[in-house]
Amino acid sequence: MTKQIIIPFGPQHPVLPEPIHLDLVLEDERVVDVIPSIGYIHRGFEKLVEKREFTDYVYIAERTCGICSFIHGMTYCQGVEKIMNIEVPERADFLRTIWSEYSRLHSHLLWLGLFADSFGFENLFMNAWRIRERVLDVMEQTTGGRVIQGSCKVGGVRRDISGEKLDEMNKALDIMEKEIEELTTVFLKDDTIRHRTKDVGVLSKEDAYHLGAVGPTARASGVDIDLRKTGYAAYGKLNLEAVIESGGDCYSRCAVRSSELFTSMDIIRQAIRKIPEGPIDVKVTGTPNGEYFTRAEQPRGELVHYIKGNGTKFLVRSRIRTPTLTNIPPLIKMLQGCELADVPVIVLSIDPCISCTER
Amino acid sequence: MTLPEQSITAIDIGKLFGSVEQFKNEGYRLVQINCTKVGDVFEINYSFDKDFIFKNLRITVTAETEVPSISGMYWGAFVYENEMHDLFGIQVRGMNIDFKGTFIRTAIKNPFSVTITKGEKP
Repeated sequence: MTKQIIIPFGPQHPVLPEPIHLDLVLEDERVVDVIPSIGYIHRGFEKLVEKREFTDYVYIAERTCGICSFIHGMTYCQGVEKIMNIEVPERADFLRTIWSEYSRLHSHLLWLGLFADSFGFENLFMNAWRIRERVLDVMEQTTGGRVIQGSCKVGGVRRDISGEKLDEMNKALDIMEKEIEELTTVFLKDDTIRHRTKDVGVLSKEDAYHLGAVGPTARASGVDIDLRKTGYAAYGKLNLEAVIESGGDCYSRCAVRSSELFTSMDIIRQAIRKIPEGPIDVKVTGTPNGEYFTRAEQPRGELVHYIKGNGTKFLVRSRIRTPTLTNIPPLIKMLQGCELADVPVIVLSIDPCISCTER
Repeated sequence: MTLPEQSITAIDIGKLFGSVEQFKNEGYRLVQINCTKVGDVFEINYSFDKDFIFKNLRITVTAETEVPSISGMYWGAFVYENEMHDLFGIQVRGMNIDFKGTFIRTAIKNPFSVTITKGEKP
């Protein structure tokens, strides 16, 4: 029997911007088992619901993540609105959808850059992040914040976007689309990238489904789960085709995210065309008394906020189930049987967000 | 957009295995497991989804109750069960990967099992 050795991977590693630790059990250069370990920076701020009023907790929910912050805030608000039977104005739903899709663009471009960095393609990393700056500029111009927007609130949104600005955003998307097309062509056609990602870290459709994979990780294995299809916010009024690949490898996960950039731009264009005039918020009175599991599609996959109120201004419980937490068991499966040199690329391919996970 | 209504089915802890097995056999995926402290007891919710049909099971336990792990049926359940153990102190029996309290490193043992009122320090 080949001697087994354990190689520690993380919590500090060049490809990991945030701490996660993996004990890799190796036979020669091949990974035979993996034991994950998180919890290095757990902030425990779900506990803050006991100290912050439910209207203020939106700011805390947003700070779950520095990438998909808007979607966290929106998902939390939707849950509270459901419990309190608040009907949000249609324009607010469209604005929430637009900002959600800009968050997805920002997140996927960030990931493409980090992914390029994981296999040493620094030029591509810089190009991805250069385009991402345009997305962040739009977020800043429309909400006042590049990373933490603070534009969502219980009952609607805090800021409107003028018609002129929407036109400008629409035109800017045309320029961005050409740049993204060039960028993703390199990711999907370049021989060196294909060599590093094709048939690496394969996750079968059955494993993806039963191990709880969500988001691009699931869709790259052929599992059709995209919560936007449930029609929350304004998604029910827009055409949306989920991007599905069948390879289940790192290349497929990259392909899903690359294609989703175009889907997001298409959704934003549709929303700009269809956004109705009207108010952007409603007055909120009363306190939440009840419970609800609200779900949304983050860039990394299905997000669940469980909210429970008892009729006071402080909630009893806020529980945030982030996509990265549920993508950890599928990651273990992907790593079993891979070469040690492929571990960084495979880990990056699930787009781990430890900030979210250590909420 | 009006979000759909949801149901939570309260069951006895003895029926947990059979109920979860039924979901598994019907092709549901495990969405999450979460725990909430309500007074002196803990509510544990198990959420499942199939084609966007979202269903929940709930058991109510005390701090002394030993909860059976469902990681034999849903392998990925260990992340939620270890989290529940580390944050709330729930004893889970038979996890496929048991971190024995080291999955989430916290300064205070089982921090979510205590209720803190505003102004009070933990």
